[in-house]
Amino acid sequence: MHDGRKPERAVDEPWRNPEATPYISIRNVTKRFGDFVAVNDVSLKVYRQELFCLLGGSGCGKSTLLRMLAGFEEPSSGQIFIDGQDMAGIPPYSRPVNMMFQSYALFPHMSVQDNVAFGLKQDRTPLKEIRDRVAAMLDLVKLSSFAKRKPHQLSGGQRQRVALARSLVKAPKLLLLDEPLGALDRKLRESTQFELMNLQDKLGVTFIVVTHDQEEAMTLASRIGVMNQGHIVQVGTPSEIYEFPVNRFVADFIGTVNMFAGRIVDEDSNYVRIAAEADGCTFFIDHGVSASPNAQLWVALRPEKINIGREAPADTRENCVQGVIDGIAYMGDVSVFNVKLASGRMVKVTRPNLIRREEDTLTWDDEVWLHWHPASGVVLTS
Amino acid sequence: MSRGSQLPLGDRLAAGPRGITSALAQLPPLRLLLNALARLPLSGHHAVIGLPYLWLGLFFLVPFVIVLKISFADQLIAQPPYSSLVDLATEGYISLKLNIGNYTFLGSDPLYFNAYLKSVEIAFFSALICLVIGYPMAYAMARSDPAWRGVLLMLVVLPFWTSFLLRVYAWIGLLNNNGIINNVLIGLGLIQEPIVMMRTNFAVYVGIVYSYLPFMILPLYSTLEKMDLTLLEAAEDLGCRPLKAFFTITLPLSPPGVIAGFSLVFIPALGEFVIPDLLGGTETLMIGKVLWDEFFSNRAWPIASAVAIAMLSLVVVIMVAQKMLAKYAGAER
Repeated sequence: MHDGRKPERAVDEPWRNPEATPYISIRNVTKRFGDFVAVNDVSLKVYRQELFCLLGGSGCGKSTLLRMLAGFEEPSSGQIFIDGQDMAGIPPYSRPVNMMFQSYALFPHMSVQDNVAFGLKQDRTPLKEIRDRVAAMLDLVKLSSFAKRKPHQLSGGQRQRVALARSLVKAPKLLLLDEPLGALDRKLRESTQFELMNLQDKLGVTFIVVTHDQEEAMTLASRIGVMNQGHIVQVGTPSEIYEFPVNRFVADFIGTVNMFAGRIVDEDSNYVRIAAEADGCTFFIDHGVSASPNAQLWVALRPEKINIGREAPADTRENCVQGVIDGIAYMGDVSVFNVKLASGRMVKVTRPNLIRREEDTLTWDDEVWLHWHPASGVVLTS
Repeated sequence: MSRGSQLPLGDRLAAGPRGITSALAQLPPLRLLLNALARLPLSGHHAVIGLPYLWLGLFFLVPFVIVLKISFADQLIAQPPYSSLVDLATEGYISLKLNIGNYTFLGSDPLYFNAYLKSVEIAFFSALICLVIGYPMAYAMARSDPAWRGVLLMLVVLPFWTSFLLRVYAWIGLLNNNGIINNVLIGLGLIQEPIVMMRTNFAVYVGIVYSYLPFMILPLYSTLEKMDLTLLEAAEDLGCRPLKAFFTITLPLSPPGVIAGFSLVFIPALGEFVIPDLLGGTETLMIGKVLWDEFFSNRAWPIASAVAIAMLSLVVVIMVAQKMLAKYAGAER
């Protein structure tokens, strides 16, 4: 959805349709390991042919949730339904689910084709059919010429594709992927990401991907569920998560953000003014906020939504602040400016490098004005 | 010198392993040796590698050469009871007489061939029985709660704290006609006459399997413990039941441990002398015992040496085969 193509998937945002039946329904699932609550009262609906990403830092419970879907762990309480069927007590080998493991877990004593054929052999599929399906699968992941190799004779990217082929060959309705791109280098990751999405379009499988990498989640997912300390904090499309985070954790976890603490000084039904006294600036937000008048609030401002320049904006009373450039990181496509405010805090600003060789470019120790649109700041109450 | 050197010897010994080494370094013979070594242009790691080689050379290679030499000598009724190989035959000539008769004698008398065969048979089946008993034990240990593994491992090694000889003697008390096992069975009324177990092959098997079982369990355990358990999860995920996953995944990944354990039992069992001597009877003609008889009863040192050399060659052949097998098993992954 975010690779620029027009989405052609069967998923037409079914989560907005209250009538739609979810394919996977997780109801109030909690998982405890001794005193530790790994997954805490999680409820989640995933729809057919979605590519759902569970995103969170290590230890947030995302992998445990995935393992409960696969059947390696039983929920301490709550229920998991897959295609309307309660999964309680159903062992992994009887579930209509396949998983791609983070370590790939390829069988070291079997060749590539035997690894891929393994799942089909368990179902006593006729040998000829096994041969055909394995060949077709290896063709799909472009490994036909490596069929006879052992896993240790393959590169990381090839192993990853074998693991993918092995988990897809049984044509599962649901595929679970645990950090699928974690072990790959950057170039390989990007190409594999798109490969995964193509496969999903082609095969119509429902994917649930666990990752700690927000970039991976943003490119892959139809929706993202952000997890923290066993809870699902927010569920939404990548743009919802990025542009409308529900709290500081999500805003901070996804992308870079400048967080200003402040209080409401003036409010109405269609606007609100928030003073960030510590940083000496006032935010004018072009929509109303439901918060008690004196409560502490935060305004999250993404670096790319801030304009930077030497000239002062027309109105210097609000939505702007003055500072000095303290650091510049040239990234090629964009430059990241670290601007030091009078209060001493740093604000990150990114600016696309539109011109190849700019005369009079911004440089270190320049006095600059930062200003932004009234719609740019996200007001967060928690 | 460390602080330890100023302390009296007793205190230094009490100061643990470091104290003991520093105390040992003060003893005159070792001090002389260390001083001599220090004068050689050797760095520390040369000494670390060199010392075991020195040890092996002194206490293994030299005796081996002596045995090899005796195996080519003639038997004499003299002191020592063998001829020397190198003679000043006539003036200006050195003659080297190699008597290969000892080896041809081994081939001509079926006693030796049978003894070798019996040794291989007993060692092989002992190793097999150890494998059958040891595998489930190692498997259970490797899959047990990590907190328990150390304890279980210690229990496997625990018998080593008692003298080997003592433990074999203890089996006599168990297996005798009026030993514990027979007494209990008779007491329970299960049998009327004692079962003859002592001085049979059965007793030898019991002794060898009992003594060498830890050598089978330890390498098996280390192989099984290292195994990536997500492989089993992956198998289950692909529709494989746990029992079948054991046979298709765990077992095919066990050969390194199996080969190591099998050799660790088979090779020492092949030359085993104490167990067949104490527990076995006349039917158990193992090569270790034949060697003993030749050497001490018949004073046939050259023959005994030839027996030993032939056995060593046998072991070398087996070890090379094992190495190749392990390499093949290793290439599987």
